[in-house]
Amino acid sequence: MKKYVIVGNGTAAVGAVEGIRSADKESEIVIVSEERHHVYCRPLISYYLEGKTDARRMKYRPDDFYDRNGCRVLYGVKAVKLDAENKSVLLDDGSQLKYDKLCAATGSSAFVPRFDGLDTVEEKHTFMTMDDMLGLEKAVRPDSRVLIVGAGLIGLKCAEGLAHRVAEITVCDLADRVLSSVLDGECAEVMQRHLEKNGIRFMLSDTAQSFEGKTALMKSGKTVGFDILVLAVGVRPNVSLVADAGGKCGKGITVDARSQTSLTDVYAAGDCAECMDISCGGVKVLAILPNAYMQGRCAGINMAGGEEEFDMAIPMNSVGFFGLHAMTAGSMFDESNGGEVYRERTGNGIKKLFSRDGRLTGFILIGDVDRAGIYTNMIRKRIPLSEVDYEDLKKIPNLFAFGKKYRDKILGGVV
Amino acid sequence: MKRVFVNEKWCLGCRLCEYNCAYANSGVKDMIKALKGKNIYPRVRIEGEDGITYAVSCRHCTDPICVKSCISAAISIKDGAVTIDHDKCVGCFTCVLVCPYGAIGRGETGAVQKCELCLENISGYPACVQGCPNRAIVYEER
Repeated sequence: MKKYVIVGNGTAAVGAVEGIRSADKESEIVIVSEERHHVYCRPLISYYLEGKTDARRMKYRPDDFYDRNGCRVLYGVKAVKLDAENKSVLLDDGSQLKYDKLCAATGSSAFVPRFDGLDTVEEKHTFMTMDDMLGLEKAVRPDSRVLIVGAGLIGLKCAEGLAHRVAEITVCDLADRVLSSVLDGECAEVMQRHLEKNGIRFMLSDTAQSFEGKTALMKSGKTVGFDILVLAVGVRPNVSLVADAGGKCGKGITVDARSQTSLTDVYAAGDCAECMDISCGGVKVLAILPNAYMQGRCAGINMAGGEEEFDMAIPMNSVGFFGLHAMTAGSMFDESNGGEVYRERTGNGIKKLFSRDGRLTGFILIGDVDRAGIYTNMIRKRIPLSEVDYEDLKKIPNLFAFGKKYRDKILGGVV
Repeated sequence: MKRVFVNEKWCLGCRLCEYNCAYANSGVKDMIKALKGKNIYPRVRIEGEDGITYAVSCRHCTDPICVKSCISAAISIKDGAVTIDHDKCVGCFTCVLVCPYGAIGRGETGAVQKCELCLENISGYPACVQGCPNRAIVYEER
């Protein structure tokens, strides 16, 4: 019998539990959960504000998940110190947990830069957790003016969630475009125009510099009045537990393909950990839910003595705003990076496919997103474009372009 | 477990599977009322070029990436069949982004939908298979 400890209670932790249980049905699993919530779908907090889901439906696993999987969950405690040599972890209630295998699934935290006068702002919120969202919800009134700092996925999903509940939303970002981490300038403009049509006001290439009560002084010298401030500047992987114990870290916790850290019997997965982005061959933190689950599951299988590698990670996002969907995946190599771009305007949207060295490396689709997974699979499986009819695929994702042999395999067999 | 398989060489491209699918999933008893004069949103689609046609629907993969990727845990495996819980789905389309076969689409209301083998609808047996005149789609163990 082994003893497993999982630090964190999000998607990667669930992946680890299910990974462990695929190989070891007996041993005890202890989950250290700082948040006092049953595991929930973190990306859904904006949908909750919007009224598209609620706390019951947001549960990532059913109520009996922990019981059924023989997990003991310690709610409301934080792991503060890892002693990898003696295989124990110290909790902030003073207790020690011994382990045979530990998985750090510590996630990421909202990054709040230093602003002068931030302490004078009464209603200031981050937007990462269920409690963040519930706190924000409590503060909103129909006549609230909201200022959101950060036009990334978190800031904009927050804006969408609040749009029908407040009087005014302004989003500012130092970047010159919305969703700058996933969209290029041309695609960002399409999305920005759509958001503006739905009442969101933008101040780009500009950001809040200091605050005085309900007024933000912007870098440009302008001032913005607000009742509620949301800080969605960025996120940082929670690496300190592993880093302080001497574990190797880059931007996130460094792990191998088996999700193992540089510390013996310590694994890491999810938003706190790095992984290999196969669309560009670089090590990155890919803080998205699918990767958290898959990397967590990989960690769990290996913790239980199995053999598993997580080697198909790519960045990808599917996100809609006010009915307009955007999908992105992989790496956007354009001509300046030795890549080739296929570009097409489609109705109210746009399509861009990026290829390099005979392979599809990435895409951006706004509007028409049907069957995008056929493209995503080409990136993930690194399918050589010489093996498919790429000219045909550019126009519309289809299976015909892959040839009869491929079709017979997937439509005529078990996959 | 039984799945729907396609024999490409027998497919006539008649699209009866699409109509039978749309009808079986419409919840309407009368086929004429369910389909006549309406845009249909079947969960199986005929595609192809150059006189070659074939039906595409959910493969009910043994290790489905849509299940692992769903951000609202709305997709799960029940007795081998991949099913969507529409009560939990928020319509983010991550499943559309990851399905390698393009087998998850949008229904009439814009919500995602896919083949669920007709196990829960009035047909009770894959309607596309039942109505295929040339056995180009079969429901069997492989």
